[in-house]
Amino acid sequence: MKNPSVDTHLLPADSGTIGTEPLLAVDNLHVEFGTRAGVVRAVNGVSYALNAGETLAVLGESGSGKSVTAQAIMGILDMPPARIPKGEIRFRGTDLLQLSESQRSQIRGQQIAMIFQDALSALNPVFTVGWQIAEMFRVHKGMSKKASYAKAVELMDRVRIPAAKQRVNDYPHQFSGGMRQRIMIAMSIALDPDLLIADEPTTALDVTVQAQIMELLAELQRESNMGLILITHDLGVVADVADKIAVMYGGRIVENAPVHDIYRNAAHPYTKGLLDSIPRVDMKGQELYAIKGLPPNLLDMPTGCAFHPRCPFRQDNCVTDVPPLHEISGTRSSACHYWREVLDGTAG
Amino acid sequence: MSDTLTEQKPKSEKPPKQKKPASLWSDAWYDLRRSKVFIIAAVLIAILVVMSIIPGLFSSVNAFDSSTCDLSIARQGVSAAHPFGTDNLGCDTYSRVIYGARISIMVGVFSTLVTTLLGGLLGLLAGFYGRWTDTILSRLAEVFFAIPSTLGALLILAVVGRENAGIWTVVLALSVLAWPMVLRIMRAAVMSSKSQDYVIAARALGAGPGRIMGRHILPNALAPVIVVATMNMGVFIAAEAALSFLGVGIQSPDISWGLMIADARNRFLQAPEALLFPALFLSITVLAFVMLGDAVRDALDPKLR
Amino acid sequence: MAPQGEPILEVRDLVKHFPLTQGIVLKRQVGAIKAVDGVSFDLHRGETLGVVGESGCGKSTLAKLLMALEKPTSGSVKVNGEMVDVHKGSNLKKFRRNIQMVMQDPYTSLNPRMTVGDIIGEPYEIHTEVAPKGDRRRKVQELLEVVGLNPDHINRYPHQFSGGQRQRIGIARGLALQPEIIVCDEPVSALDVSIQAQVINLLERLQNEFGLAYIFIAHDLSVVRHISDRVAVMYLGKIVEIGKDTEIYDRPSHPYTQALLSAVPVPDPEGRETRERIILQGDPPSPANPPSGCRFRTRCWKAQEICAVEEPLLQIRPGTDHESACHFAEVHDVVHAS
Repeated sequence: MKNPSVDTHLLPADSGTIGTEPLLAVDNLHVEFGTRAGVVRAVNGVSYALNAGETLAVLGESGSGKSVTAQAIMGILDMPPARIPKGEIRFRGTDLLQLSESQRSQIRGQQIAMIFQDALSALNPVFTVGWQIAEMFRVHKGMSKKASYAKAVELMDRVRIPAAKQRVNDYPHQFSGGMRQRIMIAMSIALDPDLLIADEPTTALDVTVQAQIMELLAELQRESNMGLILITHDLGVVADVADKIAVMYGGRIVENAPVHDIYRNAAHPYTKGLLDSIPRVDMKGQELYAIKGLPPNLLDMPTGCAFHPRCPFRQDNCVTDVPPLHEISGTRSSACHYWREVLDGTAG
Repeated sequence: MSDTLTEQKPKSEKPPKQKKPASLWSDAWYDLRRSKVFIIAAVLIAILVVMSIIPGLFSSVNAFDSSTCDLSIARQGVSAAHPFGTDNLGCDTYSRVIYGARISIMVGVFSTLVTTLLGGLLGLLAGFYGRWTDTILSRLAEVFFAIPSTLGALLILAVVGRENAGIWTVVLALSVLAWPMVLRIMRAAVMSSKSQDYVIAARALGAGPGRIMGRHILPNALAPVIVVATMNMGVFIAAEAALSFLGVGIQSPDISWGLMIADARNRFLQAPEALLFPALFLSITVLAFVMLGDAVRDALDPKLR
Repeated sequence: MAPQGEPILEVRDLVKHFPLTQGIVLKRQVGAIKAVDGVSFDLHRGETLGVVGESGCGKSTLAKLLMALEKPTSGSVKVNGEMVDVHKGSNLKKFRRNIQMVMQDPYTSLNPRMTVGDIIGEPYEIHTEVAPKGDRRRKVQELLEVVGLNPDHINRYPHQFSGGQRQRIGIARGLALQPEIIVCDEPVSALDVSIQAQVINLLERLQNEFGLAYIFIAHDLSVVRHISDRVAVMYLGKIVEIGKDTEIYDRPSHPYTQALLSAVPVPDPEGRETRERIILQGDPPSPANPPSGCRFRTRCWKAQEICAVEEPLLQIRPGTDHESACHFAEVHDVVHAS
C-alpha cells in the first residue's frame, strides 16, 4: 500500500486497497450536539475513505458538517455537548472511537495532524514559534532542547520560511498570515503524520499566498506520501488539488466521486447547482444560475432529502424518503433518488 | 429575467427562532423568566421593597415612633410579644429589623442611580469622543479609582462629621468613589460598539453623533452597565451597613442594620439574636441583588449561551 | 454598458496616509501607512467598476474615502462635477444621498437592537426631506419587496434572518435614498457559496432597474469579472492596471495582474497539470515602508534597475490597449495560456 512509485491518484480510488484497509475509513458516522434549543444532528451517517498519498476534498457550506466530521476524526470534539451515537472511524483498520483518550492522543499529532483556517489563534502568542515547533519533538520524541530547536529550524526551512535560523525566536504576531500558516503546517508535519487534515487552510489568505500554500502542501504530500483531507467550500481549490471529492449537505454526503467526473457531470442536484452558479466568461451579462432558498436549519431539518426544498429535480418521494447513497460506478455515488436524470441534465 | 422576482423571493422561509420573542431585550426577558435564580432573587427583592415602602404590613409596631420603646423591657430575650427580643432601649428588634430595610434599599437605589447616571454618561462621552475628552475623563476617574473605597468613604464621612451624617451623606460618599467603575465599563462597551459595522453604516447614511450614540451605541453598550448596576446595589447596601457599624454612616434615631449590629455586638454572647437577625436580613438582601445581577448577566450576555 | 457622457464620479490623486506616532504624551510622527497613495479614476452612470487586490492593497480604505468616512490626506472626489468637502456638513449630507454602501459582513452591519423596518427606515429619519413621515413605512415595505424579502417581516429583528437575507436588508438600506452610486465592499464574500449567486443577481437586477453605478470591491476575481464593465487592479495603495473587463482578464499587461489571475484556482480540473501558474515569492511589503520606484519590483520576475529608481506611471504602453503601471508592460494571457 505504501509504495511511493505508484502514483495512487491516477488509479481508481479503490484499487489500492484490495484486500487491505484504506488509510482512513469513516463509516456511517453520526455526531450530534445537545443544545438549549434541542439536539442538533450535525453529522448523519457520513462515510468516506482515503488511501495513502491521496487527496480527498470535503466540500460543503457552513453547517454542512464537514468540519465536525474532521474534528471527530481528530478526536478534538468537546464531548459533551457533542455525542457520537453511531459510526466507526478506522485508521489503518483500528476503530479510533474504541480507543482510550491516552491512546488517541498518541495518534493525534504523531499519525494524524490537523491545520486550521485561523493560524493566528491556533498558535500560542506568548511563545516563540521555534519553541512551539520544538515542543512537538520534546514532548513526543523526548529530544533535548538543543536538538529539538535544530529540528525546528530544519522544519521551518522545509516549509520555506525565509531566514529560518534568524526567525526561529520570533513570536507568531511577527509573521504575516501566509507565514503563520506555514508555521502551522511545519508543526503539523513535524512528526511525519500519515494523514493531514486541512480545515479551510487558505480561506483567510490572499489568492497569491493561497497558491503558495497549496503548492507547499502538494509538495509535502509528494515527499511523504501522506493522505490529505482538504476541507473547503472553494470549488476552484478543489479542482486544483483533489483526487476525489465528497460533497456534504445538511450533515450527509450527497455525492462522492473522482474529481474529473464531478466537474464533467455532477450526479447530485446540489453539486450541479454549485457548479452552475460559478460565473463563467461566456455568461457575462446574463443572470447567474442561483440555487434558490437557504441552507437547511440543523434544528429543523427538512423531511426526506434535506435538499428537497431547493431542488429543481424534486418529486413527491423526495419529501418523504431519505435517499440512500446510490452507487453509480465503482468509485462514484450520489444520494439522490433521481441521479440518472441529474446526470442526463433533464430537470424535473 | 422575467421570473427573477418570484425565483428569488424565499417565500417558504421560516426564521430560525420563530416561537421566541423577537428583540434581544425580550429574548433576555424570556430567559430571565425561566431562570430559577432570577425568580428567587426577584421574589426576595420584591418583599424587601414592599417592606421598605410599607413596613406596617409586616409589623404592628411602628419602630420609627420612639414611644413604642419601653426601657423597662430593655434587653429582653425572644418572646411571643418580641420575636427577636428587644434592644438596649427596650425597642422591639423585630420591628426595627423590618423598618431598617428602608434605609438599606434607599442607599442601594440612590447610590446606584447616581453612579450609573454619572459614570454612564461620562463613560459614553469618553468612549465616543475619545482623544482629549477621554484623556481628561479617564484620568479624573483614575484619581477616584485609586482611593480604596471603604477607607475613602470613611474619610469623607469623618470630614462631614457625625452631626451632619445621614442617608444622603452616605449616598454621596459611596457614589463619589464608585462612579469611575461604571465609567470604565461603559467606556469599554462604547468603544467596542463604536467600531462596529452598523455604526459605520449609520455614519455613511449621514447620522449625527446624537443619533449614533442614542440609537446605535447606547442600546448595544447598556448590557454590561445594567449587570454592574444590579450587583452594585448589593455592594452599596453592604457598604452602608459597614459605615453605619463603624459609626460614621447612619446615626440614631434612624434605623440601619449596620447600626443595630453595632449596638448588639457587646452582648452577642448573652443575646445573639439581637445581632444575628439584622445580620441575616443584611446578608439575604445583598445576596438577592448579587443573584439578580448574575441572572441578568446570563440573560444579557449571548456569548454565554 | 459603455461609458457615456460626463462621469458621475471623478476621483483624482486620492491619498490617505495614516500617521504612525511614537510617544504617549508628546506624540511625534515617525512615519505613515500609505494606505491609498494617488488613486484616480472615473465612474459613469450605470457602470460597474471592479476593484481587485489583496489585503493591504488599500481597497477598503479607498471605499471609506469614497464614502467620506475617512478624510483624505490629499486629492479630490467629485460627484456629478461637484467637489465633496468633508468639512462642510450640508455639502456632505447632500453627497450622502447620492452615494451609499453595502458592507461585507451582514452579521455585523445591522444593528441587532433595531427592527428591519427601523434599519431600512433610518435613512428617511436622517434625510427627512426624502420621504414624509406617513409615507415611510410603505416605502420600507416597497424596498423589502424590491430586494426579494417579505414586506410583512418589517417588524422582525436581524437575528431572525439568514446571512443572505441580511445582506438583502443591507442592500435595501443602501437603496433607500435612491443613490446613483453604491460602493459594494466585498458584498458576497461572507456568504455561503450557494447564496452568493442570488445576491449577485439581485445587485445586477437593481442596477438595470435603477441605473445604479457600482464600485465593486472584491477579492473573488471571477465574481468581479462577471459583474464589472471595467476593472482596476490595486497593489500597495496604487492602481497598477485599469481597463475594460476583457482587457484586464484576457490581455493583462502588468506582471502583478498576470500573477493574480494565474493564482486564482480555476473550477475545472481538466488540464490542471499543465496550467500556467505564476507563484509569487514572499508577501506584499508593508504599506508603511513601500519599495522605491515600482512597488511591485520586490516580487517581480521582470524587475530591472530602472524599476527601483523610476516609478512607472499608469498610462497606455506600447503594444497594449489600456493603462498599466509597468516599465515592461506586455500582454500575456495567463488564463487561456494552456
